[in-house]
Amino acid sequence: MKRHIEALFWLTLVGAALVWSFNWLQLDLVRLLRQDSLQQMGSYAGSFFPPDTSPTWLRQIFKGALETLAISAIGTLLAALAGAALSLLAAGRLGMLAKDMSRLLLNALRSVPELVWAALMVLAAGLGPFAGTLALALHTTGVLGRLFAEALENTPPGPALALRQAGAGPVAAFCYGTLPGVLTQWLSYTLYRWENNIRMAAVLGFVGAGGLGQMLYFTLSLFQQSRAASVILAMLVLVLLVDALSAWLRNRLG
Amino acid sequence: MHLSRAKADPRDPAALPRLLLTVLAIVLLWPGLVLTEFKPATLVESRNLDVFARFLAGFWPPDLSSDFLRLLGRATLETLAMATAGLALALLLAVPLSLLCSRALSVSALLTGRPAWLADMLRYPARLLLILLRSIPEIVWALLFVRAVGLGPTAGVLAIAITYSGMLGKVYAEIYESVDQRPARALLQAGSSRLAAFCYGILPTAAQELTSYTLYRWECAVRASVIMGFVGAGGLGQMIDLSIRMFAGGEVVTILLTFLLLVLAADQLSSLLRRRLA
Repeated sequence: MKRHIEALFWLTLVGAALVWSFNWLQLDLVRLLRQDSLQQMGSYAGSFFPPDTSPTWLRQIFKGALETLAISAIGTLLAALAGAALSLLAAGRLGMLAKDMSRLLLNALRSVPELVWAALMVLAAGLGPFAGTLALALHTTGVLGRLFAEALENTPPGPALALRQAGAGPVAAFCYGTLPGVLTQWLSYTLYRWENNIRMAAVLGFVGAGGLGQMLYFTLSLFQQSRAASVILAMLVLVLLVDALSAWLRNRLG
Repeated sequence: MHLSRAKADPRDPAALPRLLLTVLAIVLLWPGLVLTEFKPATLVESRNLDVFARFLAGFWPPDLSSDFLRLLGRATLETLAMATAGLALALLLAVPLSLLCSRALSVSALLTGRPAWLADMLRYPARLLLILLRSIPEIVWALLFVRAVGLGPTAGVLAIAITYSGMLGKVYAEIYESVDQRPARALLQAGSSRLAAFCYGILPTAAQELTSYTLYRWECAVRASVIMGFVGAGGLGQMIDLSIRMFAGGEVVTILLTFLLLVLAADQLSSLLRRRLA
């Protein structure tokens, strides 16, 4: 009985939060559903059709999609390299001070969203795909560094220790004793983040960081809706392809 | 003889394949580097460096003037409200769609073990709609809605409602199918309506999982509604965007710290609710 009353209390709280939210935003959904504004939205939506499928525009979209893929690939690669380096520190291999500092750095990198990094990097590197690459690299370094460090901590220390005691240097002991144990896990984390980053790279362009997003932003700002429609379709195809490919790979490998 | 020579040879036998693999990787990566205009030198160009250094210098101290904090508080509340209202609207669309496309309530499956093909054909449009709803990123919807309904949180709420209805609908349908099917089947066979079979046969066992997934999505919605401000959909994101454009480093730091606190708080709140409700 007491449990029921408690659940009721929390549910009331959730309900109150809902009412407060709609009140605070002063969402006028009724106004949105009125005749003229529905008509307005309808005519705006209608202006997207038919999508622009002229060969020159399609070629540009293809280039944009390639750019998006390149941004995500290079960004993820840079992040994997930086993440691997930082994970060595974060796993406590080079002292406690380095461990705490690198954990702090990784947390900071991770908690700033990609889009905010992109807006900052546009200032540092100018408009264009390079800013997007850096933004993805920075955020993903935070994510991968932490995952890599966890993998390092969970790997058995035996092989590396044996090599060390047999007289191998620290680098050789790491390369032949520790790395083989974590490499597959590191690789699968990296691939998983790449998948995420492809989706992210498609929208980073909204703040000027290249790729399909930038094309969408430009075309919408220039009121070229039919061109924008084909960019959106391209994004949709890209996302669906990546989803299908990763599901297929997971079935095959998993 | 051969063995002893191999022993004396200090070279790594795997060196050649590794070298070839490295060369191949570089050849494959080169177009990527060209496409992304990968020029680290631009970072230290005096013009860019100057702008960025000035911006970074403004980071300290964080802007804590009462006017700005008041604005910030309003934007934070707006962000929370956007996430909550968006998720509530998403539920309105997700629940009916998930009921439509879940196989858990199929009457024909009771007789033959699998749903009739005609009924399955009718489930596909609902599934397709869910895929379409969730495959376009929420920020693209926000960008479109900002142009359709104007700047402000309304666009963000609608964008969250659309994308999250796709995600919630799909996962809800899967949850209905993953719980014990026997109570619902028994009810259906005894002649109850599908809605009653759902409410009394599936909901009691699925409620916990449904609640915790919904709360998790609410957390995601809070994060997403921060981001969506970048295209003009209100909330904290719009403030960050404006402050970055005005090179107000101190404001950026304060907003970022607020964002971190907000995400942490949302995290704590949702795990608290999960414990209490689920």
